[in-house]
Parts: sequence; C-alpha cells; structure tokens
Amino acid sequence: MGQYWKYIKAHIIQFIFGPLLMLTEVAGEIVLPTIMASMIDDGIMNNNIPYVISRMAIMFGCICVMIIGGLGGHYLSVKASVSFSADIRKDLFKKVQSFSFKNIDKFSTGSLVTRLTNDITQIQNITRMFLIMAMRSPGMLIGGIIMALRLNASLATILIVVIPLLGASIGALMYTAYPRFGMVQQKLDSLNSGIQENITNVRVIKSFVREKFEINKFHTANEDLKDTMLRAMKIVICTMPVMTLAMNITMIVTVWRGGNLVVGGGMEVGDLTAFTTYIVQILMSLMMVSMLFLQSARAAASSRRIKEVLNTVVDLTDDASKKKELKVERGEVEFKNVCFKYYESRKDNILNHINFKINPGETIGIIGATGSGKTSLVQMIPRLYDVTEGEVLVDGVNVKDYSIRNLRDGVGMVLQKNVLFSGTIEDNLKWGDENAAHEEIEEAADSAQADSFIKSFTDGYNTELGQGGVNVSGGQKQRLCIARALLKKPKILILDDSTSAVDTATEAKIRHAFATTLKDTTKIIIAQRISSIVDADKILVLSEGNVTGFGTHDELMKTNDEYRDIYQSQVDEEVTA
Amino acid sequence: MPPMNSRSADTRKPKNTKATVKRLLSYIKDDKIKIGIAFFCVLVSAMSNLAGSYMLRPIINNLVSDASALERIIVLGYNLMKMAGIYAAGVAASFFQARIMIGVSQKALLTIRGELFEKLQKLPVRFFDTNNTGDVMSRFTNDVDTIGEMLNSTLVQIFQGIVSLIGTIILMFYTNFWLSIVTIVVAPIMAKVGTTIASRSRKRFRNQQIELGKVNGYIEEIVTGQKVVKVFCHEQQVINEFEELNDNLKDAQIKAQFAGGMMGPSMNAMSQVNYTLTAGVGSILVILGRLGRMGSFSALDIGGLTVFVNFSRQFSRPINELAQQLTIVMSALAGAERVFDVMDREPESTKGDTVLKDVKGDVVIDNVTFGYNPDKTILKNVSIYAHPGQKIALVGSTGAGKTTITNLITRFYDINDGRITIDGIDIFDISPDSLRENIAVVLQDTHLFTGTVMENIRYGRLDATDAEVRQAALTSNAHSFIRHLPDGYDTILEGDGANLSQGQRQLLNIARAALSKAPILILDEATSSVDTRTERDINKGMDTLMENRTTFVIAHRLSTIRNADAIMVLENGEIIERGSHDELLEQKGRYYELYTGLKELD
Repeated sequence: MGQYWKYIKAHIIQFIFGPLLMLTEVAGEIVLPTIMASMIDDGIMNNNIPYVISRMAIMFGCICVMIIGGLGGHYLSVKASVSFSADIRKDLFKKVQSFSFKNIDKFSTGSLVTRLTNDITQIQNITRMFLIMAMRSPGMLIGGIIMALRLNASLATILIVVIPLLGASIGALMYTAYPRFGMVQQKLDSLNSGIQENITNVRVIKSFVREKFEINKFHTANEDLKDTMLRAMKIVICTMPVMTLAMNITMIVTVWRGGNLVVGGGMEVGDLTAFTTYIVQILMSLMMVSMLFLQSARAAASSRRIKEVLNTVVDLTDDASKKKELKVERGEVEFKNVCFKYYESRKDNILNHINFKINPGETIGIIGATGSGKTSLVQMIPRLYDVTEGEVLVDGVNVKDYSIRNLRDGVGMVLQKNVLFSGTIEDNLKWGDENAAHEEIEEAADSAQADSFIKSFTDGYNTELGQGGVNVSGGQKQRLCIARALLKKPKILILDDSTSAVDTATEAKIRHAFATTLKDTTKIIIAQRISSIVDADKILVLSEGNVTGFGTHDELMKTNDEYRDIYQSQVDEEVTA
Repeated sequence: MPPMNSRSADTRKPKNTKATVKRLLSYIKDDKIKIGIAFFCVLVSAMSNLAGSYMLRPIINNLVSDASALERIIVLGYNLMKMAGIYAAGVAASFFQARIMIGVSQKALLTIRGELFEKLQKLPVRFFDTNNTGDVMSRFTNDVDTIGEMLNSTLVQIFQGIVSLIGTIILMFYTNFWLSIVTIVVAPIMAKVGTTIASRSRKRFRNQQIELGKVNGYIEEIVTGQKVVKVFCHEQQVINEFEELNDNLKDAQIKAQFAGGMMGPSMNAMSQVNYTLTAGVGSILVILGRLGRMGSFSALDIGGLTVFVNFSRQFSRPINELAQQLTIVMSALAGAERVFDVMDREPESTKGDTVLKDVKGDVVIDNVTFGYNPDKTILKNVSIYAHPGQKIALVGSTGAGKTTITNLITRFYDINDGRITIDGIDIFDISPDSLRENIAVVLQDTHLFTGTVMENIRYGRLDATDAEVRQAALTSNAHSFIRHLPDGYDTILEGDGANLSQGQRQLLNIARAALSKAPILILDEATSSVDTRTERDINKGMDTLMENRTTFVIAHRLSTIRNADAIMVLENGEIIERGSHDELLEQKGRYYELYTGLKELD
C-alpha cells in the first residue's frame, strides 16, 4: 500500500469522491423502505391516495439522485483505477528503461512483459472493485447494524457471536486456499512454458519424431495441474456454503428469540420482520467484503511481482560520476588490471587482470574461442557492465566518471544479438541520430554496404520492417545495425561479431569504408575469421579470460602459438584449394 | 519464411454460437449423470431459498395469531425446525453441486487442453511459421481459462438464475395477480436498458482490446530489444512513445469500463423503480379495496403487499446476474471458437504407410518446384542426387532456397511439383514418422528444452545410455564445456539454454544428432557460431558422424564444405553450378567468385 500512495495521491479527488458518491446508493437503499413504510402507515391507514402518490414522487426523486450518484461514483472509480494503473504501468516501464544489463539479465523478457501487462490489469481490476465496494459494503454493514441496534439491541447481540465466527472461518479457508493457489500458479506457469517451448522447438520435435514423447510429457503435467487445481478449488467452494450456513443459523436464532419476545409482548411483529431484513443485509455485505478479500489474494501476487520490479536496485547509474559534462573526444581506451564476473558468487572470473591500451583512431581486432570473454570485454567500454576489479579508461578518464549518456553517445556498439524494431528502415536507422538528414542516413547505409540493397526494395528507405526485422535476411540485418551505429558518429565503434552473416567480399568493402570514412574513430572488432581483422593495427588474443597476445598480425604469427593455431585452422583449408 | 498473418484483435464475439455451444457441451456429455445430479442440486437450493423466504409468512402469521402463548411458541419452534430443514437441504445441495461441477469442469478442461496439445503436435510446420507464438499461447491460457470459468460456475448460475426467476414470478402471481402485471411490464424495459448498455459497451470494449494489444505489443518489442535501447541511449524516446500509447489505452479503458459499469447502477435503479411502482400501485389497490371499489375482484391486504414488495426486490437480482453471466458466456464462447479453430486446422498429411527399413541413404530430389505461397516460387526445377554416404553441400545466399530443401526432404512442407525419393521410394509413400526417424537434422536456430544437459542430448535417441550420451558429446566436442558447467551433465538448462553461448548450444545440437542413428543427416548452418578452432576440432568428430551417412550440409563458411562430394550453388531457387570443389574452382563461375570473395553471398 505505502508504495502505491504516490499514485493514489495523484488522483486523490477521484479516489475519495468515487466511493463517497456510491454512498448515495446505500442511502437510497436504506431510505426507500422507510418512505414505503410511511406510505403504508400514513397513506393506507388513512385511505389517502394523494398522499401515496406524493410519496411515490419522493421515491422517484430519490431514485434519480441514486442514479446520478451511482453513475458518478462508477465514473470516478473507473477513472481513478484506470489512471492509477496507467501511472504504475508508466513508472514500471520507465524503471525497466533504467535497468542495467545485469538487471535485464535477471528478469526474463517474458516475465517482464507479463508484469507490465497482466499483473497491472489484475491490480486495476481489484482497485476498481475496491473503490466501488469500499463504501457500499461497509455502508450497508454499518447502516444495517445501526438499524438493527435501534430496533432491538439485545436481539442484535447474536451478531457479536456470528460476525467474528464467520470472519474466522472465512479467514481459515483463505489461509488454506492461498498456498494451494500458489501451487496452481506454479504448475500453470510450468505447463505454459512447456507449451511455449514446444511451439518454438517444433522443428526439432518433428524431425526427431518426438510428438508422442512430448504428448506424454504434457499429459503428466496436465493431470498434475488438474489435481492441484481441484485441491485448491475444493477449499474455495466451501466459502459459499459456509457463509449461507452462517446466515441461515443467524436467521433461525433471531426469529426464535424474536418470536419469543413477540409472544411475550416485548417486540412488535413488524419490527421483527424489519430486523430479519437487516440481518440479511448485514451478512450479505459481509459476504461481499470477504469476496473482495478472496479476489485480492490473486492481486496480491501480482502486486508482489510489480513491486519486485519497482524495487529493483539499478546497480549501474551515473549518480556518482564526477565529470558529467565530459564528452568522449578522442577515443582512447585503456584497460587497467580489469577483472570481471557476472555473478559475485561465481568462483572464476570471466576476465582476468586485463591490461591494454588503444590509441585514438586505431583499429583493434579481438579474437578468441567461444566463451573466452570477448563480448564481456568490449561491454566494459560503454559501461554496459561494471568491472569487478580494476578500471576502464576512455580518453584517460574512468568510464564511471562520465554521464552514461555522454559515454554511450561516444561509444557506438553493434551487439551480437541484433534487434531491429517495427517501423520503416529509415525509422530504425534514425535510432543512431534522430535529427539525421536523409543524405546522412544514405551515407551511413552506404558505408555499411546497405544502401544498395535498401534501394533495391520497392519502398526503399520507407520499407516497413516487421518486429525484429523478420523480412530482411541475416546479413542485411547486420548491415542495417552497423549503419544505425555509424549514424551516431561515435568516437569509438565496437562491432561484436557483427558481420558473421556477411560474405567476405562485402565485409572487405565495409572495412574499406571504415578505413576511409572513419579514420579518426577507434574501431574495435570482434571476429571469428582472421580475414576480418588481419589488417587491424593491433589484434588482441583472448583465451579463457586472459590476454595471451596483443600485437599486429605479423608479430602474433611469430610470437603467439594460439593465434597461429587459429590462423592455421582457417587458412589451411582456404588456401590449399 | 512465409509472411506472418497477424490475426485481428477482435475475437471477443463468437461467430457461430449454436455450433460452438454444442461442441463445448460434447466435452461434458460423458458426465451426463453427474451434471443431472448437479442441476437437481441447483433446483433444490434455489427452491429452498424461495421456500425459506416464504416460510417467514406462516411464522409471522402464527406469531400474531390468537392462539395461546405456549401454543404459538410450539408452532414457532416447529416452523423454525422446518425452516432449518429447508435451509440445510439448500446448503448441502449447493455444496454438492459445486463439488460435482468443479470435478466435471476440470476434467473437461483437462481434455480440452490435452486435445489442443495433441493437435498442436499434428499441425504442419507451416502453421507455426505463419502464426505468432503469443497468439497460439493465448489460446492455451486466456481462452481455455474463460472456458473453465464458464464450465465451473456460469452454467450453473444461469440455471439457478432462471429457476429463481421463474419461482419468483410464480410466487408473485400466487400472491397477487394485478401487482404482478406491474413487474411484468417493467421487466422488458429492464431487459431493453440492459441490452442497450451491453451493445454500446461491446464496441468500447473492442476498442479497449485494440489499444491494449498495441500497448502489449510495444512492451514486448521494446523489452525484447532492451539492450539495444540502452546502447543507443534511446530510453527517453521510448518512454515518450510508450506514454502516448499508454494514454490512449487509458482513455479507451475509462470509456469502456464506464460503459460496462453503467449496467450495475442502471439495473439497480430500474429495480428501485419497480419497487416504487409496486409499492405505490399496491398501496392504491389496498386503499381501493378498503374503500370497497374493487368489489371482490382482488383483495390485497397489507401483509400480502409486504411479501410482494420483497419479491419484487428479489426479482431484479436474477435478471442482473443473468446479464453478467451472459458476458462471461460470450467471451467463453469466443475463446472456445479460437480453441476449436486450432483443433479444426488441417493436420499434417500422414499420407504414406511404407515403413523404411535398413535405409541405404540414396536420396534423389527430382525436378522439384516449390513455393511457400502459390504466387512466389522459391525452388525451380531443382534436382539433386545423393548416393549413400555422400556429402552434398548447398551454397547460396540467404533466400536462395537452401533451407527450403531441408523443409522438403523432411516433409515439413509439401512439394508443388516433382518428387523426392529415398532408396527409390517416394517420400510421400513413406509414413512421415518413419521418414523423419531416418533423417537427423541440426538446425541453425538452436533449440533446447528445459531439463538437464543429459536429457537434452538424449533427445536424439531416448534409449541411449549415459555412456552413449557422453560419447556423442565427445564427438561433437561439447564434452569439454559441459565438464566445466556447475553440475556437468546434470546442469539444468532453462529458457532455451540462455546460460550457454550460441556456439555451445550449437555443439549440444550436434551431439543430439550424433546420438541419433539416422542414416541421413542434414546440417543447416550447424556450426555458424562455433569458432573456427573448435570447428576444426569437431571436424574429426564430424567425419565419424558423417561416415556411412548421406549428408546434406548447408554452410555459410565455404571452408567447411570444401571436402564435399558435390557442391550445389543455388541462386534464386535454381541450381546454377554443381560439381566438386576443385571442379567448381576450375569452372571459374559463381562458386569461384564466392570462394575467392569476389562476389557477395548475402
């Protein structure tokens, strides 16, 4: 609750007046029977038809007020709950935007999406229900209790026994049901992720003819879910009978005691009828309140998941940076004794005491086996992750001292996992520079060898890309991603295995374009193929998180066994032809 | 890949209600007796409710009667015991009804989920290529959920509503005929107001669903590309775009939910109008009766009026509930239609019943023409011959049709023209299961399952021993990195093996294929993310793997296919060159250009 206060405060008027207006309905429901009573007592007894008609007019007046109040209350409650949840959704989204890579790694994409969509919807529904019933049910409850007390206080003592008893039994039921529903949710989640896996892996399943295997696996999980669900439902279906039972017992006891009073002359029979009406009203509103609690059990789980995101500590910020105004000017990079691991708890470092320096404008190649730490290494430069030990300097300044914006503006990076967004090609390229003129975009695309294929599309730069760029080939996607990074005009450009799907000839052209148009930019290129980096000013050889070589191709060929080995593995085959 | 056809968001409204209802009911028809008992229970509990409230009349009458105090107390006690009996029967009936129905509905859901899943296994690959995962998933989750909700409670509640409605009407007419007419006149007005609100809100709800879809889609896309957003410092722009969508959603939601919420207060007001009219008209009737103007036509006393007024208040409740339940039924039927839509899809063809035995691996692709869509041909008159044990390489740019050929050999898609034979038998005469059991495929997009590394490799051959799994891992060079995993072969892989690098996942896929004993092997860019040294290391293993197997290799790195028996160069769906590596180099054609880097491949 506390955490949500600021969202409530923003819509406090609706939050207060929504439920308050609902009180008009409550008042109407309590007042109308009174007017009707006077209609009978004064109208019928005196055979006064005009009086009856005038009472009817008053009742219709009351109904008008009820409609206005009820609709107004509904409107404000809807507005309050929708705005409330829209604000939370917005903040949640903003929070995700502020996440560091490490934070992103922690939550899976799917779970973040569910939190931003389904979980928020849950919260919204419960808030609306709560606002509509907040005053109504307690209003009916309190109104009923007051009326009952006024009619006959001693008869009302039954409520002192029944209400806590009912509360306790409902509480006990919920207490048992809650963990069981937790289990249901778990089973459901795992069943669903199993289905999802099946859908994405359909080719594997079919090619290994594992359909029956998968169906059997699913049936087991499905049966399991059913049993778990039944266990939980068995509890829930008890709530209604328990509540009805309580209501019925109260009714019988009341009529018995009241009947005795009537016979003894201690009570009017009309009062007893009225009293039973109020008893029903009290227990009904109690039922509504407990229903609300039952519903909120589900919402509580959603709320917990939302708060988990909102309360995530962003572990990488520029709050403590000392030179916020500083921009990357030259493009010099230096690693001083850098160690890194993704999780504190891991024993082994991914990067081990790395030291090297890159001068502005140099082209550096990085090569190494799968899992040797190449990607981790370059991710240190735009501070996508923080070093565990040592420091990374850009232009002689620790990356932690730049504002993140200035640092990343200065460092262009093409990630290994490329993502394009739905929209036109031009929209996508403009991510690099929103204000880029069309000529600049073409220029960047040209350097990345993308201009020609873009122009071959009927709509050219206005070609719509599907989500994730589904309608361009792998190599084309990579070239678009490079163009996008080039538009940033970075001082340091990092390509993380970004030309793996581009053929050697095109890659050579890209390299050539880099050499001519990006003379002053420091270029760091991770590659699988030696041919991609053979011309680099220096090549860094990584092996299990250690730098085992740093020099030109010729130097490394002479001094570095590993490099020679990689070289052999590729050139052997290509040259013998 | 064929284009995605995104399904429209507007699916909340069922199209063929009658057929859908019938089909949905067929899932519970085996439990006819149970359902009969449940409905009988509903009848008992609804009647006990009505009888309970009607019991108050003799109780009150007895209290005000002229009998002696003791007599009245005895009768009161007797009446209350009767009432207790009625109530007890009602509570017991409603409990049994709920208990029976959850059993029935959960069983039906189990069957529906199971059938849907089994159907999914039978659907052709085309279905998965043309429908997005999220949409198919939502049929399993949201749609099945709404069906569950309906079977669980709605059916029963509708029956209950109808029973109490009819019961109330009977009791009302029994109490006073003329007053009943008042209610009967008001009822259609109530219904009219209800349906008007419902149809107006339906439009707005549809609008809300559309806006919701946009917001959800945007969230999914951005969160998926979150790292790119960070690298480009694009957070603020993304937030701005999101805020606009979020605001649109907010407006649509307020409109829709207010329209939907109008139902409650309006119905409530209508029932108060009914109450007022009944009270007023009733009072006038009573007065007229007292003045003797009504003759003996209809005598209404004050007691009768009180009971009647209470009934007229109760009258609106079932109507109100029925209206609410109806919206649930509507969305459940819409959900059921989406589920049945999948179940009714054309399953993968199971044509052919020849079961292959001792396959030699002679594969002939004879003059095959194919397109994913009739208007766009991907392969044109392609012919490839692979003798047993041969290694055939396919080279060409993305979109040239290399992967399409694998899709055809495995019968993932049906050929339009021409034929493919294995050991001389047309693949459409071979049962698909037998065909695929004889072909091992390693795909570029690596897919792993939640489970241990051991289980993932064993997927290749379920009866393989641990030692055989280890041997396969050694062959594919996966053993060295598996050894370094926290729990070795017992390390649990989650979320499609997110904790492994792309190269490592490819090695696992190769191990899986190595375990399989299929005589035909297809490697589709199987080592694209493996570094060249590791690749060289696996090459030895690969040689063992390919020994005695007919192998098709699709590779980007030309170095990996150099020693193929024959290389096919595909361009625009046609084979433009074929021959061994040396022959092709001598030809100085396209392959030569590609190999020497003169021509771009992509």
